[in-house]
Amino acid sequence: MRAADYITAFVLMALGGIVLVDAMRLGIGWGTDGPRSGFFPFWLALIMIVTCAVIFVQTFWRGSREVFVTREQLGPVLKVILPAAAMALLTHFVGLYVAAALYTGSYMRWVGRHSWVSVVAVALAISVISFLIFELWFLVPMPKGPVESWLGY
Amino acid sequence: MGLENLFLGFQQALTYQNLFYATVGIMLGTIIGVLPGLGGANGVAILLPLTLRMPPTSAIILLTSIYWGALFGGAITSVLFNIPGEPWSVATTFDGYPLARQGKSGQALTGAFTSSFVGALFATVLITLFAPLLADVALRFGPPEIFAIQFLTFSAFVGLGGGNPLKTVVSIMIGFILATVGLDIVTGQLRMTFGITGLMQGFDFIIAVIGLFGIGEIMLSVEEGLTFKGVQSKMNLRVVLDTWQILPRYWRTFVRSCLIGFWMGFKPGGATPASFMSYSFAKRFSKNPQQFGKGELEGVVAPETAAHAAGVAAILPMITLGIPGSPTAAVMLGGLIIWGLQPGPLLFTEKPDFVWGLIASMYTGNVLGVLIVLAFVPFFAAILRIPFAMLTPLIVVLCAIGSYAVHNSMLDIWYMLIFGAVGYVFKKLDYPLAPLVLALVLGDMAENALRQSLIMSQGSLTIFVDRPIAGVITAVALLFFLMPIIGPWWRRLRGLPIAAPTPREI
Repeated sequence: MRAADYITAFVLMALGGIVLVDAMRLGIGWGTDGPRSGFFPFWLALIMIVTCAVIFVQTFWRGSREVFVTREQLGPVLKVILPAAAMALLTHFVGLYVAAALYTGSYMRWVGRHSWVSVVAVALAISVISFLIFELWFLVPMPKGPVESWLGY
Repeated sequence: MGLENLFLGFQQALTYQNLFYATVGIMLGTIIGVLPGLGGANGVAILLPLTLRMPPTSAIILLTSIYWGALFGGAITSVLFNIPGEPWSVATTFDGYPLARQGKSGQALTGAFTSSFVGALFATVLITLFAPLLADVALRFGPPEIFAIQFLTFSAFVGLGGGNPLKTVVSIMIGFILATVGLDIVTGQLRMTFGITGLMQGFDFIIAVIGLFGIGEIMLSVEEGLTFKGVQSKMNLRVVLDTWQILPRYWRTFVRSCLIGFWMGFKPGGATPASFMSYSFAKRFSKNPQQFGKGELEGVVAPETAAHAAGVAAILPMITLGIPGSPTAAVMLGGLIIWGLQPGPLLFTEKPDFVWGLIASMYTGNVLGVLIVLAFVPFFAAILRIPFAMLTPLIVVLCAIGSYAVHNSMLDIWYMLIFGAVGYVFKKLDYPLAPLVLALVLGDMAENALRQSLIMSQGSLTIFVDRPIAGVITAVALLFFLMPIIGPWWRRLRGLPIAAPTPREI
C-alpha cells in the first residue's frame, strides 16, 4: 500500500508540475479583461502539488503496511482489463459488435470455462441484441466493420 | 401556487408514454442496482445517449426512474446475498441478511422496500415545498454567490465525506484540472493540450463516470473472486401484508431516519453516511439494542429510509441551484445540458412543465417502483445467478457502447479504460471518486463564476466575504474545510473518545 501511495502522490505531483508549466505559458496574472487562461489551473495545480507533498509525508509516518494487490488478485483483474483493451483495439478494424462478441466469447471460455455451445450462443446474443437496441431501436450508431457492411448496414 | 404547478406536473407524468418510460426505467434501474459494477451513476451514464431523441421530460423521467430502481435494487442483494449492491445499502446487510438466514427474507425485503418508499416520499414532499422557494432565492445569486455555493459543495466532501480529507482535496483538484483541458471558451486559448489533437475535445465527465465507476468497480469485484451464495426469497402477498402490520410500530425510526436522510442528502456525499448514522441512532434508541445485527427489522428500516430520503434529496440542489448532490445527480445534470436545458433556478420560470413533470414523476416513479420490486423480487434475485464470466464481459461491452455513443468517438473508449484503471487504483488507495466527478462536471461553471467575481471586485478575493449571502456561505464552507482539524481537537478537549473513521461515500 505504501509504495502505491508514494507512486500515486509522485505521479500526481509530476502531472501537477506539467499543468503549472502550461499555466505559466498561458499567463497566470491579470489580462486586459480579467484573469488570464492560466490563472485557475495554476492555483489548482499548486494546491494539488502541496497536498500531495503532505500525503507523501503522511504516508511515511502512518502509511498502511498492507499489500496493495496480491498476485492472486492481480490475475483476474488483468484478465478483465487486457482483453478489454484488445477489444477496443479490435473495434478499430472489425467494428464494435464483432469485437464485443469475440471478447465475450473468449472471456467466457477462458475464465468461466463454459461449454462451446453456451459461449457461441451468449456471445452472438449479446452482439445481436445490443445491435437491435442501439442501432435499430434508439438509432445510436456504433463503429461497424466488414461484417456489418456485408450484411448491408 | 405550488399545487396547481404540481397538478400541471402530474399531467405530464401520468401520460401513457411517461408511465411506460418510468416502468422501463425502474426495471432497468433495479437490474442495474442488483448487478455488481453497475451502479446508479454509470447505469444512468451508459443510457444517457439513448435519451438524445426523446422529449426532455420523458428523458429525465426515464433517467430518474433508473435512479429509483437502482436505490431499490441495492436492498435486494443486501438482504438475499449479503452483498451491498450500492455503498448506501451496506448498513442494510447488518440485519437484512440475518433475517433472510432465519427464513424471514420476505419480511426483510418488504420492510426494506416500504422504508425506501416512505423515505423517498418524505423527501419528495419536502422537495415539492422547498424547491420553488430555494429557486427563488437562487435567482438572486450573482457570480460570487454561485462560486461560494460551489466552494460549499466541495468543502462538504472534505469535511463530511469521511476518509482522508487530503486525498479528497486532491481528487477535487484532479477533477477541476481535467475540466480545464481543451478550449478555454473565454479567451479562446487551448489549455493543457500540448499540441495533442486527442486532448483538444477535453475530458467528458460521462466517460469519466463510466470508466471510474463501471470499469473500476468491475476490476475491484473480480479481484475478490465473485461467488454469490444467496438465500431464496420467500415473497407472497401474506408476508407483505403481515409486515405492513408490524411496520407502523417503528414510526419513530421512520420519522428520525427521514429527517437524517433529507438533511444529509441535499448536501453532497450524503446517502451512505445517512444510512450509517440512521442505523446507529435506531440502535441507540431501541428498547432491545442487543438484537441489532442478529436480525432486527428495525435495523433494515432505519438505513433504507435514510438512504432513499438522501438519494431523493440529492435532486433538490440539482434542479434549484444547478449543483448536483451525488454523482448520479451529476450525470442527470449533464443530461439536462445535452438536451439543451440550462440547469439552475431559471428552470422553474422558463421550463415549468419540465421541472414539475420531474417532481410529479418522483411520486409516480416511487409508487410504481415499490409495486414493481415487491412483485418481481424472484426475477431480480435470479439475475445474480447468471455466471459472472457472462456478466463481466457484458458490463464491459455496455460501458464501451455507452462511452462511444457520447461523441461517436473511438478515443472515448480508450479514455474509459484509462479512467477504469485510475478508478481501481484510487479506490484502493482511498482517493474518493465522487468529488472528482463533480469537480469535472462543475469545473467550467466554477471557473466562470470565479472569473466574473474577480472582474467585479477588480481581483480582490474579499468579494466572497463582503456580500452578505456569499459571506455566510463562504463562512460555512471554511468551517467544513476545518472540520477534519477541529473535530479531533474538540473531542480531545471534551474528553470524548476518538471517532471511528467513517466510510467513504462511493
